[in-house]
Amino acid sequence: MKVVYADNNATTMVAPEVVEAMLPYFTEYYGNPSSMHTFGGQVAKKMDVARQQVAEIIGADPTEVVFSSCGTESDNAAIWGILRANPRKRHIVTTRVEHSAVYNLGKYLAQSGYHVTELGVDSDGMLNLDELSDTIREDTAIVSIMYANNETGVIFPIEQIGQIVKSKGSILHTDAVQAVGKIPLNLSKSTIDLLTLSGHKLHAPKGVGALFIRKGITFTPFIVGGHQEKNRRGGTENVPSIIGLGKACELAKSYMDDEWVGIKQLRDTLEEEILKKAPDARVNGHKTQRLPNTTNLSFEFVEGEAILLLLNEKGICASSGSACTSGSLEPSHVLRAMGVPFTAVHGSVRLSLSRYNTREDVQYIIEHLPPIIRRLREISPYGREMKMKEQAAKVSAGIQ
Amino acid sequence: MWDYSEKVKDHFFRPRNVGEIENPDAVGEVGSLACGDALKLMLKLDTSGRIADVKFKTFGCGSAIASASALTEMVKGKTLDEAWKITDNDIAEYLDGLPEQKLHCSVMGREALEAAIASYRGLKEEKPVEEGIIVCKCFGVTDNKIAHEVREHKLTTIEQVTNYCKAGGGCGSCHPQIQAIIDEVWQKEKEKTLFEMARKPAKKLTNIQKMKLIQETIERDIRPTLQSDGGDIELVDIDGDRVMVSFRGSCVECPSSKVTLKSTVEAKLREFVTDTVIVEEVVS
Repeated sequence: MKVVYADNNATTMVAPEVVEAMLPYFTEYYGNPSSMHTFGGQVAKKMDVARQQVAEIIGADPTEVVFSSCGTESDNAAIWGILRANPRKRHIVTTRVEHSAVYNLGKYLAQSGYHVTELGVDSDGMLNLDELSDTIREDTAIVSIMYANNETGVIFPIEQIGQIVKSKGSILHTDAVQAVGKIPLNLSKSTIDLLTLSGHKLHAPKGVGALFIRKGITFTPFIVGGHQEKNRRGGTENVPSIIGLGKACELAKSYMDDEWVGIKQLRDTLEEEILKKAPDARVNGHKTQRLPNTTNLSFEFVEGEAILLLLNEKGICASSGSACTSGSLEPSHVLRAMGVPFTAVHGSVRLSLSRYNTREDVQYIIEHLPPIIRRLREISPYGREMKMKEQAAKVSAGIQ
Repeated sequence: MWDYSEKVKDHFFRPRNVGEIENPDAVGEVGSLACGDALKLMLKLDTSGRIADVKFKTFGCGSAIASASALTEMVKGKTLDEAWKITDNDIAEYLDGLPEQKLHCSVMGREALEAAIASYRGLKEEKPVEEGIIVCKCFGVTDNKIAHEVREHKLTTIEQVTNYCKAGGGCGSCHPQIQAIIDEVWQKEKEKTLFEMARKPAKKLTNIQKMKLIQETIERDIRPTLQSDGGDIELVDIDGDRVMVSFRGSCVECPSSKVTLKSTVEAKLREFVTDTVIVEEVVS
């Protein structure tokens, strides 16, 4: 069966060059980088190269890069690391649209006696910066705000946010898992103190991530063990994956300028054609301040899981913020925070592209998605409401 | 992705009886856009009072569509009395099971059927589970509804309650209240059992009385149920507390006959004769 993979915000294919770079570290160079002998030492040197490659894609110094097992670990390490280093500060600021790695940690911390402020967003998924400014207090230990949203692709003005945070004397962490490798970052000229990235979102394997910790930031390690990562993260490093992450960062940096223009064009074509062919559809998220590969579409009066099952039947891999795709029964907290109406919130589909998607892939989705929506709407009991909406739209457009 | 049975997939990809009936005799509508699933069920009866035509429209996930489609196949040709007996478990069984988290889809089917039959009989206001105090604000589920599901499905955890009626599946702030309802239901059931055990003297039956009572119970409470589904049962022998029976009709080939043997035949005999009865199937 033909497979069109359009779920790259969930995970990406490991690039062949990355696999090739990793393979010798399973077989030939299997030494422990912490060992004193030359056999392990040569692995440590290769890991330094990977650290340099990761540092380059975010514009950091290699000493500021700490390898971890994933984005969730980096997010947790960042927040816990700062809270433990500043025990008197009990206030945390975050948003209602964070990835669950931060969102659920915030809920947990709130139950554990911390004061957690969750900032809301507008219908475009954007923050109110005045509200942010008013929220930060003297006892605010950390502000954790994502760089780009995983569901909608909305990019927050993180440098402006950083300036506000710095002016109030607090620390800024950003979950940049979706941003790294997709848009240029330069932490050498930034207000960001800590930054999370994850390997499998940029064509490295799953199970490897990194945390940028700016020099001078007081940080208490989250995982306590050996002296690895300059005492900032105990545990023997996942060497092959780290080598893969380094290679993936090198590739992403070389592709970013040219290729992301192409991917944005594909995404825009996809979005425009679907909106034309499927009435009562909407794009969730800011029109321009959005990752170039992501579109989040809501189709009124149909349910997301049903759409995904029918897409899957055609070999199209996508995601949904629909309640029925998760165990929680609640639709996406991101779309709800944006105030997406109930008529549409359950019928959302996220399509996220990568450098491996082609024009043919996009045409294939355009060909199959609108008929699926039509088919489900024929089953939907809300036909009357759909007709009323169409009628209202005609009236407002002056056509009666 | 959910692990759906082949039958669920079949009914999702090729739903039966989708559409609307002009001038239906009964309509049942449950669910809402806010809750994420809704079902409209329409029935048309023939002159003998049997369901001659049935159609549905649904807004929901794969298992909601499959449950609605399955339900329409199950009710065709039945009288309203027969259809009333269909439970959400029957719908799930018909589909060779649903994931636990999706059991509320079969509950929605049962509720739509109940609503349709109740509307036909003019009993809309008499549905007790719709009354009560809203406990789960996210999905608008009342305390009575939760207690009803807890009793009917013998639920003991909040997660199970969520699977059956969605209550507690949203923000989670109602979890303590749901737990209190679960505790109250089972406390009451425990008290009821203890009370009944205390007031009900143990039955001391002679052999002839016991045999007569077994025959009467089979004729009165067991055979009609099985016959309504095209099956039957025959009493073969009685040896002390051992009751030997043989299935007939559709029960012979039924894959659930072992369940029927215990959950229907043995349960009824234990209820009306003595709780030491053991029922065995003999092939004859």
